[in-house]
Amino acid sequence: MPDNANRIVSTILEGLPFTVIAAVGGIALTIVLSLAAGLALLSRSRAVRVIARVYVEGLRGTSEVVQLFWLYFALPALVGLQLVPLYAGILVLGLNHGAYGAEIVRGAVRAVPRSQVEGALALSFTPAQRMRRVVLPQAFVEMLPPFGNLFIQLLKSTALLSFIQVTEIVQRGEQLRPTHGADLPFIYVVELLLYLVLALVITAVMRLLERAACRRIGREPVRNRFLGGVG
Amino acid sequence: MSNQSDPPMIRFDNVVKRFGDNTVLDGFTCRMAPGEFVTLIGPSGSGKTTILRLVMTLERVTDGLIEIDGSPLSHMHRGGKLVPADEKHLAGVRTRIGMVFQQFNLFPNMTVLRNITEAPVRVLGLTPAEADERARDLLDLVGLADKADEHPSRLSGGQQQRVAIARALAMRPDVLLLDEVTSALDPELVAGVLGLLGHIADTTDITFLCVTHEMGFARDVSDRVLMFDHGRVIEDAPPERLFTDPREERTREFLQAVVGRT
Ligand SMILES: Nc1ncnc2c1ncn2[C@@H]1O[C@H](COP(=O)(O)OP(=O)(O)O)[C@@H](O)[C@H]1O
Ligand SMILES: [Mg+2]
Repeated sequence: MPDNANRIVSTILEGLPFTVIAAVGGIALTIVLSLAAGLALLSRSRAVRVIARVYVEGLRGTSEVVQLFWLYFALPALVGLQLVPLYAGILVLGLNHGAYGAEIVRGAVRAVPRSQVEGALALSFTPAQRMRRVVLPQAFVEMLPPFGNLFIQLLKSTALLSFIQVTEIVQRGEQLRPTHGADLPFIYVVELLLYLVLALVITAVMRLLERAACRRIGREPVRNRFLGGVG
Repeated sequence: MSNQSDPPMIRFDNVVKRFGDNTVLDGFTCRMAPGEFVTLIGPSGSGKTTILRLVMTLERVTDGLIEIDGSPLSHMHRGGKLVPADEKHLAGVRTRIGMVFQQFNLFPNMTVLRNITEAPVRVLGLTPAEADERARDLLDLVGLADKADEHPSRLSGGQQQRVAIARALAMRPDVLLLDEVTSALDPELVAGVLGLLGHIADTTDITFLCVTHEMGFARDVSDRVLMFDHGRVIEDAPPERLFTDPREERTREFLQAVVGRT
């Protein structure tokens, strides 16, 4: 460990709140967009489905970094709207991961057995009530593990925000480069460990949610799944 | 029992149902009087479930008309003409019909009580207290008063089916559709569920349309039995006649095969 380890760690830690805010904000936006776009992909209206499909394919199929640059550098030039870097970052993280999340929501909703919908229909629930009261609560359980993976990917993507000068942990590390060139291995190990800790927090929270959700529908939770599975 | 001059509770008028080029029902015509218990029997694939699903509006007719209590179910009046029903019309008539499924279809995300109260509250607009009282009375009726707060998954198949029956009754339907409701049950649980249904049939004026392979039950509770084959009714008679003296060769063969199996 280098002599100035304390100084390096404390400098990088100053970036932690930005990383956390970006991740939490991005996750919140991801959840909203995933639900909206996922349900839109299942809409009866063709127009709604097409719009959702364009969003999903458009954001999944293009580079996250370029999306970020576009929002942060091109938008001001086009319409004179300069976003705060952190907000631009949260927006891109949410938009991008929401596109993946939409497919998770769609898949989980479609995995709910048709017989459940028919049971609800035989009780005269409206289409909205069938979705809200019967299908989504059951689909929710299926969504949690893939959403856990998605949130961890989102967390790691917050490092991209260093490109637009958000002072999150990677940006803080880069600021140390000119003066601490010899300590680069240590700097990056600290950064990696911070991501790992945050990822473990996300995993733990998701597993708690999954347990509670399983219990609610009277199902045994899946146990011993190491770190929420791979993906 | 079935007085032909009464307006029927259910009327099928030349109902045709096709899936692609598979014609499942080919001009099905039939009336069921209010309070009548009608059982459909016949070989697998003959279209019995399809009839129930048409009445529950889970399927749409290809041609023909279904009426409930004198008003069209499959169709609606618009500009003096009958046109295929839209979702809004179906939502209006559906509340008069209930269905119990072979696989129960209870909602695993709700307790037993909630399974029964949810639709009366959300669809019929009962207060939670009213729905709760109604549900507990029904749980009493089906012998599960102590299971109100359980998860459906903690119950036996027979108990789950009793809950499903209570859930359907909580909507106070005029018509109750039963599709092989004991086929998924362990043999020792069948008699209890059938006994319960017989009791409900005796003590309510609900019109029953029932598909079953339990011939003893069909004979005890039915007012009429329809023998189906290839989407057509080949025999329509009171149970005492149909089971003891079937007129059609196909009916005789079918009854022998079913009795031989059980
Ligand atoms: N959703 C569907 N799509 C295509 N074919 C169907 C569908 N539902 C039923 N069928 C066909 O209709 C016929 C009658 O089925 P069904 O009404 O379930 O018969 P039963 O209940 O008398 O065994 C069968 O040939 C079946 O394959
Ligand atoms: Mg069937």
